[in-house]
Amino acid sequence: MASPDLDVRYVAKLARIALTDEEARTYGAQLADILGHVAALNELDTSDVAATAQVIESRNVEREDALTSCLPRSEALAGAPREQSGYFRVPRIIGEP
Amino acid sequence: MASLIEMTAAETARNVNARECSAREIARATYAHIRESDGEVGAFLTLTEELALEHADRVDARVAAGERLPLAGVALAVKDNMCLRGTRTTAGSKILGDWTAPYTATAVQRILDAGALPIGKTNLDEFAMGSSCENSALGVTRNPYDLARVPGGSSGGSAAAVASYESTIGLGSDTGGSIREPAAFCNIVGFKPTYGRVSRYGLIAFASSLDQIGPLTRTVEDAALAYDAIAGCDAMDATSVDVPGESTANSLREDLKGLRVGVVKEYRVKSLGSAIDEVYAKAYADLERLGAEIVEIGLPTADYGIATYYLIAPAECSSNLARFDGVRYGLRVEGVDMTETYDRTRAAGFGPEVKRRILIGTHALSSGYYDAYYLKAQKARTKIAADFENAFGACDVIAAPAAATPAFRLGAKSDPYSMYLMDYYTIPVSLAGLPSVSVPCGWARPEDGADDMPLGVQLTAPLFGERLLLGAAHAYERATLHARKFRPRIGDNAVGRALEVS
Repeated sequence: MASPDLDVRYVAKLARIALTDEEARTYGAQLADILGHVAALNELDTSDVAATAQVIESRNVEREDALTSCLPRSEALAGAPREQSGYFRVPRIIGEP
Repeated sequence: MASLIEMTAAETARNVNARECSAREIARATYAHIRESDGEVGAFLTLTEELALEHADRVDARVAAGERLPLAGVALAVKDNMCLRGTRTTAGSKILGDWTAPYTATAVQRILDAGALPIGKTNLDEFAMGSSCENSALGVTRNPYDLARVPGGSSGGSAAAVASYESTIGLGSDTGGSIREPAAFCNIVGFKPTYGRVSRYGLIAFASSLDQIGPLTRTVEDAALAYDAIAGCDAMDATSVDVPGESTANSLREDLKGLRVGVVKEYRVKSLGSAIDEVYAKAYADLERLGAEIVEIGLPTADYGIATYYLIAPAECSSNLARFDGVRYGLRVEGVDMTETYDRTRAAGFGPEVKRRILIGTHALSSGYYDAYYLKAQKARTKIAADFENAFGACDVIAAPAAATPAFRLGAKSDPYSMYLMDYYTIPVSLAGLPSVSVPCGWARPEDGADDMPLGVQLTAPLFGERLLLGAAHAYERATLHARKFRPRIGDNAVGRALEVS
């Protein structure tokens, strides 16, 4: 791995992206380079500041609990790669025979 | 009357509302031009001619019934990461395949309600990640001012469409500069509103704390008209703000008397090359000539913008793009089980830059690294935003370059980090959530070329300062008219010749 910091195979597994050996080498080197640049942040003293998740003050948004129309099931399913009986169809997850 | 496709949005609406011409005629003329020019430019991924003509007829009927619409008959190009019901929406990615949007983004719906015509969906860097449009998995877009060069990105298709008169308004999205940089590259106006001003409902999410929709246009007035149409709180986006925003289109001014314009000390010492430095020095002098007082301000942490952004944006993208798993939409590559299906689908569906960002973001959020990377970046973001707040104690608007260089050649940036540097000036502004507009400010010869290419000056205002910002941008534009010096070179029709306008 080009970066001692980033194990590209491990991260790709977490991200659910299959990598070829070639990709692992290329991305490993590129990500090490990017993280090298990003390390400049360590120069910045942030001991006295809070984290910012986003800049606009957020607040709870409420609405009346009223019935409104929503996307019909057939339309929600229309873009699915596979569907069956009104549901998204996926490969078996539990209980391999 | 100027030719139908060359009119501004303001002129088009005026003429259509006065029934000097019809929305249908505008649509017809627009498609006729696109058929001649888009083969070379490549701005559009999908044309929606039938839909546009339907909308045109509806606009003409409403006008005939006595209605006046702020954008009556104005051609609209929509970046293909925004949903338009019944239309293919790709985000420039293979992973969405031929996915058809089942609903319409709020911003798109609002601008259509104002009378705009949906001409088509435009190319972008995949999931809006990039600065040149070259990360699109679906096509190449070229800069109308030099077809060997990039249009910028990620809203490069919308920028190229507007610059080449294939559309009058382009909708784009800006996360770290994706409206402002392509606008600068293509000699047009690109406006990113304050974070939260425009609903993100129906915008395919990249980095949710940064993403903001805004217009790309040929004049500041058109940007104001488009912004007025799309802005406002939306129940479908909990981060859209309920802060009153009066019309910006009626706040446009002709001088800058009393305005304090901040020029950034740290940027001034950084040379972009003498030709480019000269253009910006002239831009600041022009602002002063119009009555503004130029003050020097400091943004000491702006230099950390790129490092901060390339942790926060990938972290958010790694989370947002988890939804592309081969289950609910688009591509699926079946494996023996669900996990292998995820692995294969995402390997086949995402392009290299998207994969890189997902991997960086996953790493930055992973156990053991979260504090060192993601939390650290969020704290740096606080400091960058505080820098701007301090600076606005001494000035009303900040002027800076919109991009580090003019448009570069297709294929010129092979390593990812060199591409990231393009957004050096726009990223800190995005991290602070501020409204910011790029306005054409002159021409300079790129290092690798013989002909001058356009540059943009980026004007930035405090949060919710859209009226002040567009007012000032309009005064600068009217006094300088840099955008009119050259015309794009496409085909041999009226907009095609390299006209030098006196």
